[in-house]
Amino acid sequence: MIRDITIGQYYQTKSVIHELDPRVKLMGTLVFIISLFLGKSVWMYLAVTAFLAVIIKLSNVPLKFIVKGLKAVLILIIFSAAFNLFLTDGEVVVRLWKLKITKEGIYQAVFMVIRLMYLIMGSSLMTLTTTPNNLTDGLEKSLGFLKVIKVPVHEIAMMMSIALRFIPILIEETDKIMKAQMARGADFENGNLVKRAKAMIPVLVPLFISAFRRANELAMAMEARCYHGSEGRTKMKPLKYKKNDRIAYGVLAAYLCAMIALNIFLGGRII
Amino acid sequence: MGIVKTKDLTFEYIRRDEEGNVEGITTAVDHVNIDLQAGQFIAVLGHNGSGKSTLAKHFNALVSPTEGTVWVDGMDTKEDDKILDIRQTAGMVFQNPDNQIICTLVEEEVGFGPENIGVPTDEIWQRVADSLQAVGMYSFRKASPNKLSGGQKQRVAIAGIVAMKPKCIILDEPTAMLDPSGRKEVISVLHELNEKENVTIILITHYMEEVIDADRVFVMDAGKIMMEGTPRQIFSNVEHLKELRLDVPQVTELAYELKKAGVPLPDGILTKEEFTLALKRLVMQNGD
Amino acid sequence: MSIIVDKISYTYEIGTGFERQALKEVSCVIEKGEFIGLIGHTGSGKSTFIQHLNGLVKATSGAIYYDGEDIYDKDFDMRKLRSKVGLVFQYPEHQLFETDIFKDVCFGPKNLGLDRAETELRAFEALRLVGLDESLYYQSPFDLSGGQKRRVAIAGVLAMKPEVLILDEPTAGLDPKGRDDILDCVKKLQKETGITVILVSHSMEDVAKYVDRIMVMNDGILMYNGTPKEVFAHYKELEKIGLAAPQVTYIMNDLKNAGFDVDVSAITIEEAKTSILKALGKK
Repeated sequence: MIRDITIGQYYQTKSVIHELDPRVKLMGTLVFIISLFLGKSVWMYLAVTAFLAVIIKLSNVPLKFIVKGLKAVLILIIFSAAFNLFLTDGEVVVRLWKLKITKEGIYQAVFMVIRLMYLIMGSSLMTLTTTPNNLTDGLEKSLGFLKVIKVPVHEIAMMMSIALRFIPILIEETDKIMKAQMARGADFENGNLVKRAKAMIPVLVPLFISAFRRANELAMAMEARCYHGSEGRTKMKPLKYKKNDRIAYGVLAAYLCAMIALNIFLGGRII
Repeated sequence: MGIVKTKDLTFEYIRRDEEGNVEGITTAVDHVNIDLQAGQFIAVLGHNGSGKSTLAKHFNALVSPTEGTVWVDGMDTKEDDKILDIRQTAGMVFQNPDNQIICTLVEEEVGFGPENIGVPTDEIWQRVADSLQAVGMYSFRKASPNKLSGGQKQRVAIAGIVAMKPKCIILDEPTAMLDPSGRKEVISVLHELNEKENVTIILITHYMEEVIDADRVFVMDAGKIMMEGTPRQIFSNVEHLKELRLDVPQVTELAYELKKAGVPLPDGILTKEEFTLALKRLVMQNGD
Repeated sequence: MSIIVDKISYTYEIGTGFERQALKEVSCVIEKGEFIGLIGHTGSGKSTFIQHLNGLVKATSGAIYYDGEDIYDKDFDMRKLRSKVGLVFQYPEHQLFETDIFKDVCFGPKNLGLDRAETELRAFEALRLVGLDESLYYQSPFDLSGGQKRRVAIAGVLAMKPEVLILDEPTAGLDPKGRDDILDCVKKLQKETGITVILVSHSMEDVAKYVDRIMVMNDGILMYNGTPKEVFAHYKELEKIGLAAPQVTYIMNDLKNAGFDVDVSAITIEEAKTSILKALGKK
């Protein structure tokens, strides 16, 4: 299951999308999500599908890789489809014992499945094409306006990037501690759920202690290197918009306008 | 005044039990008076828990003295508005390479310090390139620190300090977690920085062989400076060092044992070349 | 009791494209009661090798026989093997987790399914063997000094009453006295209980002083396997693979070249002293 989650992973390759400024990609994801929830008609969804297909093609990330991310949320998708299918009022098509399926329900269920799928695909596409550091830089810059209302944007971004750096170290550490406890006869594979959860204590306690020790030492190392928040801090790799970024913003604006226009033109029609 | 000077430096911490009641007071650093000269390679020896790490943390203003004063390049570490200047003047490298690397890319890691002190972007790139070259890690600038060996990680950590252009680098047991070849890498980089860039090095360690080429050695025990001198002077005192839970290089110990057995060798032999020469001289004298 | 390792190979991450062969057809015999030193630079495969000996890692090919039984046999009890071959990892104090020292040491024997009396008896015995002061037994392991914590962690493995004790760099990060204390304690243990010890170390001086036999690993291959004197005679080859001989060996070679009639196979200070005194007496 854990291995199926593609959100947060980075797919290394060269493409126009990879080279875009992270702020553009964040904005693009936002626009895409808006357009997704705007749609109430088949035509709108066709347009969204076309847009997504073009972006995926441009990103050079294999479709297989993006679709793999859906497996992790399959249950969620099935549940929401079922809810919509059975619990929407309207023109009854089929009646099964106490449950009824309506025409509206079918449309709703289909749209909900598409929405959820595209939502996951769209947002994982962003992380697949942006390095973690680049992404945090982009977030820090895009959310900079929140500083006005005293949100510690820089600190949050710094925390995110440190967390990303320590994930592989902590995974390795977990493996080491598990092996060490196995050498002392611990058994993680047999027994019922309660027994197995209990068996994890000798792993989790040392892991937490080590994580705190690491955090403490890291904080000291950062302080020793004059880290004192964002004040007076310069950037080694400041974000700068290039020609492609401006074009991308243009495309996004055009896409959003077109979708809004299409929505008004279609009115409430589904087909 | 030297680059780092302390006057009656004392640091105490209060031990508390689980309810928060005071159990006792531990004196980690006890009335230390030292004056370290700029441009030297200085080593501080001491067993685990002798107070040497706590002493080192004072030099970087990471801890503030309970009593007494520390001056770094003339700045008192108790003055809050000087803290950033002090940390820039006296950079610090720690023991565990994994727990002091902050970024996911070597070059960004080295750029972290200069970013914090507000160096303009173009200059950061210049400093990063220069300091990575100084530690011989330039070709790894695009690598992830997770993929490097222990010695390489420590060299990146040193580059991260060098990029802040410090006058002095303090290293708190930088080789304790490394294998012998990693240890050699780090120590030779430190000597190079000391000789070529004239950076003062303060090396805290309990590996005796790393101390041999130092200009000055301090030995700590129970928070106090117990011995001070050149490596030769220090290693002449084999018995005293062993009492302080320390050791001497094998060649020094061999010479000491032979002397005990009646062979008139000089005290404080530090290298095998010296040893062979001393033994040759002895035989020639006897032959005359 | 003996361990026979028959041409084991191990490859990491098979089928991912990042394949790396960590062990290449390693064969050796480990006899009961031996004190073996295992040396090699970081990444030479020694850590992978020792994890094979208690079944934590399974060889890609080859076989291991413990007391004549194939440990990869379907009916072989892997958990029993882990209690017979105790493995103390690097920085073992990082695996302590219980609220007091005594409970932590009980963890191993408890996992073996022993009753309470036997468990506690073994814990006492193990703590006594590592020489920890009795007043500390019911304190939190996290309040101890680095050297003491490490003793507790070693006791935690000893309490399982292993027949073979493997220690992966047990002295890393300790000061000189702490290093000697731990190794003296292991040596005493080996003499008193007749346990087999495999010591992984970076310190040639320590290996020369304590062990009966040295195995040198390089690039996944068992390069040398012999007495310390035999192995350190190859000091020039050892240097090529990032290792060295004890400083004494170099001193003796220098003296020999300078015309002294000394024994170049001396590897400890004691041996060197005797040999030099003899040479000086003759002149």
